[in-house]
Amino acid sequence: MSAKRTIRFTLNGQKVTADVAPHHNLVEVLQDQFALFGARESCSQGLCGCCTVLVNGKAVSGCLYIAAFVDGAEVSTVEGLAAGDRLSPVQEAFIETNAFQCGFCTPGFVLMTTQLLDEHADPDDEQIKHYLSGNLCRCAAYPEIVQAVKLAARKRKGA
Amino acid sequence: MTGDTLYRGKQVGRSVPRIEGRAKVTGRAEYIHNLRLPGMLVAKIFRSTVAHGRIRRIDVSAARAVEGVHQVVTGADIRSVIANPYYGPAFHDQPILALDKVRFVGEPVAVVLAADPHVAEAAAQLIVAEYDELPAVFEEVEAMTSKAVVHDVLKPAGTFADLKHLENRRDTNVALDYHLRRGDVDQAFATADRLFEHTFRTQQVLHLPLEPFVSVAETNGSTVTVHTASQGPSFVRTEIARLLGWPENRVRIRTAYLGGGFGAKLYIKLEALAVALALLARRPVKVALTMEEQFYQITKHPCTFRIKSGVKDGRITARECEVWWNGGAYADIGPRVTQKSGFTAAGPYDIDNVKIDSYALYTNRPPAGALRGFGIPQLVWAYESHTDLIARELGVDPLEFRRKNILRNGRPQATGTVMRDAEIEAVLERIAARMDWRKPVERGTGTIRRGRGMAIGFKAVIAPTTSVAIINLSADGSCAVYCSTVDMGQGSDTVIAQIVAEELNLPIEVITVVHPDTDVTPYDMGTLGSRGTYHMGNAVRLGCEDVRVKIRALENELNLAPGTNVPVTELFKRKYGMQAGNIVGVGSFVPTYKSPDHDTGLTPNATPFWMIGGSGAEVEVDTETGHVKVVKLVNVADVGRPINPKIVEAQLSGAATMQLGFTMFEEMQLDAGQVTNASLADYKIPGLRDLPAMENEAVAANQHDGPFGAKGVGESGTFGVSPAIANAIHDAVGVRLTELPLTAEAVYRALRKAQNNPIEDA
Repeated sequence: MSAKRTIRFTLNGQKVTADVAPHHNLVEVLQDQFALFGARESCSQGLCGCCTVLVNGKAVSGCLYIAAFVDGAEVSTVEGLAAGDRLSPVQEAFIETNAFQCGFCTPGFVLMTTQLLDEHADPDDEQIKHYLSGNLCRCAAYPEIVQAVKLAARKRKGA
Repeated sequence: MTGDTLYRGKQVGRSVPRIEGRAKVTGRAEYIHNLRLPGMLVAKIFRSTVAHGRIRRIDVSAARAVEGVHQVVTGADIRSVIANPYYGPAFHDQPILALDKVRFVGEPVAVVLAADPHVAEAAAQLIVAEYDELPAVFEEVEAMTSKAVVHDVLKPAGTFADLKHLENRRDTNVALDYHLRRGDVDQAFATADRLFEHTFRTQQVLHLPLEPFVSVAETNGSTVTVHTASQGPSFVRTEIARLLGWPENRVRIRTAYLGGGFGAKLYIKLEALAVALALLARRPVKVALTMEEQFYQITKHPCTFRIKSGVKDGRITARECEVWWNGGAYADIGPRVTQKSGFTAAGPYDIDNVKIDSYALYTNRPPAGALRGFGIPQLVWAYESHTDLIARELGVDPLEFRRKNILRNGRPQATGTVMRDAEIEAVLERIAARMDWRKPVERGTGTIRRGRGMAIGFKAVIAPTTSVAIINLSADGSCAVYCSTVDMGQGSDTVIAQIVAEELNLPIEVITVVHPDTDVTPYDMGTLGSRGTYHMGNAVRLGCEDVRVKIRALENELNLAPGTNVPVTELFKRKYGMQAGNIVGVGSFVPTYKSPDHDTGLTPNATPFWMIGGSGAEVEVDTETGHVKVVKLVNVADVGRPINPKIVEAQLSGAATMQLGFTMFEEMQLDAGQVTNASLADYKIPGLRDLPAMENEAVAANQHDGPFGAKGVGESGTFGVSPAIANAIHDAVGVRLTELPLTAEAVYRALRKAQNNPIEDA
């Protein structure tokens, strides 16, 4: 196992450092060094979306993302979305529409929806499918998730 | 429970938002997946590469020499801490690590322990094992007579009385044979107008919860704690205590939220291995599977079902069912699937003469267990495809044929149990209405053809089983529920809180549901088979009644009149002189049941309640490619009276979508017993783009002894999906598929065959 080096990056708005080995992925570093468990490794192939993290505003698969590459980047996880006790509109919408069951995939869907609405304030069905088809939900809360995206879009416009 | 505000009458039948919503959308919900303990080691499993073989040699020396490896463990080492290391709910047949023999590709053979998971993984690759290969058997019907025998001798667990006769049976792959005899099938066949016989098959699929299996064990030598993603902590405790020869109170099993279960995380899975490793290493040990490894842990039974019916004057007069369940190398709960599902194999029809033979088979595949329906979806696939074929042959509308034969309340099911609170007819009629069945189908022209189909199924909840709940009312008026029901996504925490809120006249916000911890929460048989709402719901109600009795006693003690509006918080203050004390209520629920007769399978009380589910499907088939597009899927069920309608709907649509994957594309590919598509890249599960337009409905119903009229819902949405779609394909293009999945290739091959121009296999 190779030597570690220190990297610096911004994590949910705070400047941080981490000691990472070349083989460490972003999920491991978030979990082991920052106790952030919202991004979680499931399929280990970048196919399920459970490990979604925003790097410079774009969703990446944290299980495939070499941690050393976030040196100097802005990293956002689901834990950074709420402002204190105040949930983000996307988070509120997921609760109000029951857009989850077991919740294991939920942070990935919430982050992906956040990126979608950042880029398309009023997404149509095809845009929703395009952005969210890379996230899997084995409980299949898909109809409710689509409702959540639409509700979140309305909430953000009203805000 | 304050005097002035009334909550009662408003808590049940309402779509309360889920009580754990905030934790889940912020990524802060607890899963065992997240758990790290000080000094914890991580286990990496080395697995068998042959389907059946005697272990000649395991060389762990190179792995042991890797820097950072704490220990390498084989089956022989396990014996030093657990002398008889065989586990399982129905049979004690599964070794914690392989001993003498391996029985499937992927069976755990050795384990590397290291603090760094990367070290453990690298070292595990240095282990070498050599086997003397034995002939293997993979197919269920072949296993009935195969010379390849997976287990030399059967070892029933003794937990279930109806398995005891199998003790010490040798040289057979039949783990259980179940039989039902009602009326005289041969006589009825002889006098029938027409006989119909078909054989149907289902493929091997698996649960794939997105939180893969994980267990963490720690021990101080005299007690052991297992933190585990389990649907059945009470069972795990009993089984670990048995393996260790310890009393149950020295074994503590706790769970958190589960990242999906679907029947995978039932009974005992990684827990025995985690405990043995913690005892050997004298440090906490985490055993966490990868997505790939889930393909070797537990799967759904492939099944072959031969079904034969006699029809006279449009009525089914006799039905003969032979069902073979492919249980893989270890029995898990397969023998129960064989019996508990077997007795409904003739379907929700009123048939006087029924003969059922149902067999659990050992093979050299990865083990099979319970998956969302406990065998029922395999059975409905066959009997509803068969029913549709009969109607077509007779030239009768499939809806009319079902109406004429349907099993109604007050009539006996095949076991002789008289149906009650089973809205089979309503489910059928609501599907027909939502499908607009009276209107002819617009069949399309050219290469895209349309068709529609329907299917209904039923299931008896498992019996007899017990649930116990403790309700703890604190002096500040807040309330905690202690129960071992596991919230794996189905929403049980919310539903339990709603029941308590209603019973104790409290707002939902002051109620917490304590997650299973066998040191704290009382016994529950398991969160399985859609039994939670009914069984635990009833236990919780009884516990609340006990609380009310105790409050009344306290009021008496304080000389308050019955019906007083003094708030309960005030009662505590008056009694204890300050905010102190508890009122603790206990509820225990076990429904009535009578075991079926061993020879005939008959019983007057087969189950506490029936689940009814059905689907209607509309499809478009591309005759040039065989591609099937499900354009509409209607799912209707009898769930009793929903406690939380939104959660009920999510269960129906979630179950139907899961079954849609099992119907259209999911299939474990095996080559000589080796799974060749063990990853999400090669084994596709439904995503957002796979969803048809879907409608879901719970029919008006009432379960007379359910909590507020409710019963189970988790599985009902799966029942009708597969045959409804196959029936719709037949309706669209005139070909019948008898095996799942219904891939474009399978449809295209059937179309070519129907044109007398079959595709030659390469």
